[in-house]
Amino acid sequence: MTTLLNIDGLTKAYPGVVANDNVSFSIQPGEVHALLGENGAGKSTLVKMIYGLVKPDKGRMTLHGQPYEPAEPRAARAAGVAMVFQHFSLFDALNVAENIALGMEKPPAMRDLAARIREVSENYGLPLDPSRTVGDLSAGERQRVEIIRCLLQDPKLLIMDEPTSVLTPQEVEILFKTLRKLSAEGTAILYISHKLEEIRTLCDGATILRLGKVVDSCNPREKSASELAEMMVGTKLTPPSRPEAEPGEVVLEVTNLSVKSANPFGTSLKDISFTVREGEVLGIGGVAGNGQDELLSALSGETLAPNDAVRLRGESIGHMGPNPRRHIAVLTAPEERLGHAAAPDMSLIENALLTGAIRQGLVRNGFLNWPATRIFAESIIKQFDVRTPGAGNAARSLSGGNLQKFVIGREVLQKPEVLVVNQPTWGVDASAAAAIRQSILDLAENGTAVIVISQDLDELMEISDRFAALNEGRLSPPRPARGLTMEEIGLMMGGAHDMEVAHAEA
Amino acid sequence: MDLSAINPLVLIASLMVASTPILLAALGELVVEKAGVLNLGVEGMMITGAICGFAIAVETDNPALGFVAAMAGGAILSLIFGVMTQVLLSNQVASGLALTLFGLGLSALMGQGYVGIKPPATHDLNFGPLADIPVLGPVLFSHDAVVYISLALVVAVWAVLKFTRLGLILRAVGENHDAAHALGYKVVRIRILAIMFGGACAGLGGAYISLIRVPQWTEGMTAGAGWIALAIVVFASWKPVRVLIGAYLFGGITVLQLNLQAAGVAIPVEYLSMSPYLITILVLVIMSADRSRAALNAPASLGRVFHASS
Repeated sequence: MTTLLNIDGLTKAYPGVVANDNVSFSIQPGEVHALLGENGAGKSTLVKMIYGLVKPDKGRMTLHGQPYEPAEPRAARAAGVAMVFQHFSLFDALNVAENIALGMEKPPAMRDLAARIREVSENYGLPLDPSRTVGDLSAGERQRVEIIRCLLQDPKLLIMDEPTSVLTPQEVEILFKTLRKLSAEGTAILYISHKLEEIRTLCDGATILRLGKVVDSCNPREKSASELAEMMVGTKLTPPSRPEAEPGEVVLEVTNLSVKSANPFGTSLKDISFTVREGEVLGIGGVAGNGQDELLSALSGETLAPNDAVRLRGESIGHMGPNPRRHIAVLTAPEERLGHAAAPDMSLIENALLTGAIRQGLVRNGFLNWPATRIFAESIIKQFDVRTPGAGNAARSLSGGNLQKFVIGREVLQKPEVLVVNQPTWGVDASAAAAIRQSILDLAENGTAVIVISQDLDELMEISDRFAALNEGRLSPPRPARGLTMEEIGLMMGGAHDMEVAHAEA
Repeated sequence: MDLSAINPLVLIASLMVASTPILLAALGELVVEKAGVLNLGVEGMMITGAICGFAIAVETDNPALGFVAAMAGGAILSLIFGVMTQVLLSNQVASGLALTLFGLGLSALMGQGYVGIKPPATHDLNFGPLADIPVLGPVLFSHDAVVYISLALVVAVWAVLKFTRLGLILRAVGENHDAAHALGYKVVRIRILAIMFGGACAGLGGAYISLIRVPQWTEGMTAGAGWIALAIVVFASWKPVRVLIGAYLFGGITVLQLNLQAAGVAIPVEYLSMSPYLITILVLVIMSADRSRAALNAPASLGRVFHASS
């Protein structure tokens, strides 16, 4: 069997950073090959070069032994290379068939295409209705649209960029079945992920990237997850920890909270009830788009809730906006760092002022106390190890992990009674993520009630005392996190969304 | 006051003529906005089209050539906007406003030698006996070619957007330019072409005013028609057939206003001239009251600068 894709010495530099430095590896037909690395290791740039979105500065690729230099994605698709994107490249307002037609060179007439979509999707166990509007689909179904779009073109190499980050464990199972079937039919798969257990179950070979360079390659089935993690990060990681403690009295109580989403494609919250105690971490899991953003904004005060639905130590606070809630120490750190948690073009000092003004007393009679604000910003930077030349730098100039440390640190230092964080470590490298998790645990140890909303189940299992899952705007009853199995969690998350799998009660 | 002096058939026929300029401009703008670009320079492109068409028609004594020149003039002017917003990535709102002001000034300069001249006449199409059918004849079969072209364009834009791959790609670019780029579509090229189409339509609409509707050249003669066209696109929630309804509605108000004045209705003229804008504001308020529905109809990337990073 000849090599399918051979990559030799690919190099790509951007101003100030070498994204890929002399990267070489090869993929055999039918092989499932993992590309492992932290955020910023250069995985995305590498696959963009293979898919023709980015031109390499140096190096060459061969496909089936022939020189392969795709000038644009169209050429890559024509050569049999297809890609499923990490952030879905779908059009919300168009329907499934239209979305798929856009990704094809010569799409058949819409009626034939719809029939083919049905046929292929059922063939691979991914049922899909061609006439539905994509904006109404669940994350798992949206991914199916992308996969079907690729499969219709009969690819020889399928690139998948972080495909499971938005799926429930059951949906991951279904996806893996499809991928194994494809691989058995001779399609090679280049699988990008930093979820090590998945790679160990699925992949035949792995190439590990660190800071744009290939640092190692291995057969992931022969390595343990912690060995893989060390190859990836380059150092040993210590998991966050805290002493056992009995949670105190109930701080935040949410009863029968129903809120309509402001976004036409959003999810409305339905009848959500839970409590959080002093010193407790409540983890809320669930696939993206099941009401996470809506829950955060109902807790932060951006959307007002019925007054009695949210209570702080028995006081109704549902009608309070974000600033009155800051007064009583209910603080939040939203998911979107640039634009929601921080104003991208404002300096860190100004951003520190934006949420810290009330609790830190940075405003007097309408005048800003800049010196105190600077001290506050600098203390965040110092205590949370935010790597930046200075507090005067724009938020936009920080890397994802550093800005996230700043955003979380800003709320933590304000000594909240309740802290709500959404996706605290999304797109953050492993060591920064560990630091952020540790700071959340330290905060809980000092008596704060913490709610962590996240899609990273491993993270939630690591830090939560109790776990609940959001599914289509409903929250499952919280259960103690210790001892929960992946299968139980998956069922709490709604099992396989819209698939013919029994919805057993967990 | 004598309302019986208003003949409904003549009213409808003249309504179609009065509405054609805004219909053309609004159709062009609809395509531009479907591609995700907000071009507020419609008024400037219309008036530039009006003078280009007028000048060439007078010089060549051929109104058809005049209309072609008007389309070219509008398209060239819109190309300035296209390069500014798509290549140089400047703000679309500011560039569009600048285009309107520039167009008004440029047309005044170009038109200095043409004030008071009469352009060659454009003849109505001859449908023979069809024009003698009662009611339908005067309404449907008594117009010049441009009226029929504008109606055909409504159907064409609707069909292209709904049924063709070209239309699908255009909508995709306006819906999510990053995804369209990732799939390998040339976002900038598609948008510039859409902008030029919009410019040509606006130019044609402008020339219709200076060559048929009025017909003469005066400075600033489009008198806000471009702004009404912009409002109609939103009013129609980006649907071609509703653009037709909106344009005829607003055209109808303009004509009715003239007729009512002639009939001596005791309403101050100013109220009637205000009415299209008032209705536009009302419609916009009603539409945006339901935030989620307005958001559903609008192209999601409308007005956002596209920067092809990495």
